[in-house]
Amino acid sequence: MAKLTIGVFSSLVGSMSLDFAIKLAEAAKNKGHDVDVWLSGNATMLSKKDQRKFRDYSYLEGTVKDLIGKGMQMTACEACAEARGYHKEDTLEGCKRHSMDWYLASCFSADRVLHIGGE
Amino acid sequence: MAIKKLAFIVDKLPAKTESSRLALTHAIASQTVEIYLDDGDNVEPVLAFVGDGVLNCKKDQKALDIYGITSLEMHLKNALLLDLNVLVCKEDMDRLGLKEDDIVMDAEEIGGETEAKVLPFDEIWKEVESSDHILFF
Repeated sequence: MAKLTIGVFSSLVGSMSLDFAIKLAEAAKNKGHDVDVWLSGNATMLSKKDQRKFRDYSYLEGTVKDLIGKGMQMTACEACAEARGYHKEDTLEGCKRHSMDWYLASCFSADRVLHIGGE
Repeated sequence: MAIKKLAFIVDKLPAKTESSRLALTHAIASQTVEIYLDDGDNVEPVLAFVGDGVLNCKKDQKALDIYGITSLEMHLKNALLLDLNVLVCKEDMDRLGLKEDDIVMDAEEIGGETEAKVLPFDEIWKEVESSDHILFF
């Protein structure tokens, strides 16, 4: 069993990068690996609770909730979220908020890091 | 006790995207990562500007005056003040007509002692290859 850290910086809507990142996280988790996901920049949008599902837009809240329930750690950059008006009380249950050093610490202990930069 | 080397690679412009800013703020966050790690463990950041990313190092940026936000120049000086290893690609500087006098090479005015290094791409890549993880912003 290994540990995968995925850092994502792309937005939930307007890019498929977050969809890819969460699919990869799901595949890794299903194989029994530990997975940390860091959401920074526009990707903090994924940490917002009560997203409404439309067929025309990416919707990952359900998948993410399942993965958090299976032990995936998902953390949003607190400053990036606050700058966008996503406050603690708006955060998806189980999703943490920390400063950027959390991501670097996760990279420290990861066997592999996949860093998906923003658009 | 272990040290993990993290390469932060910046190839995006300083404007139109948040990537460069996030690269710098994440690299600077290496200074407080110890709170999450065991005693003796740490990360060693390398901050490399390549491609159009070298434009982030330009002197006399006016972001604070015009947009009211910190400039990449200010973040770069903070990185140098904190003794981060800052590398700037020589070939890309030449391509964009930049000389060492045009870019931030030190943070002397705020007490910094470390200087940025202008290196050929091959030398920068050796640093990247010796890193444990690559964070390509």
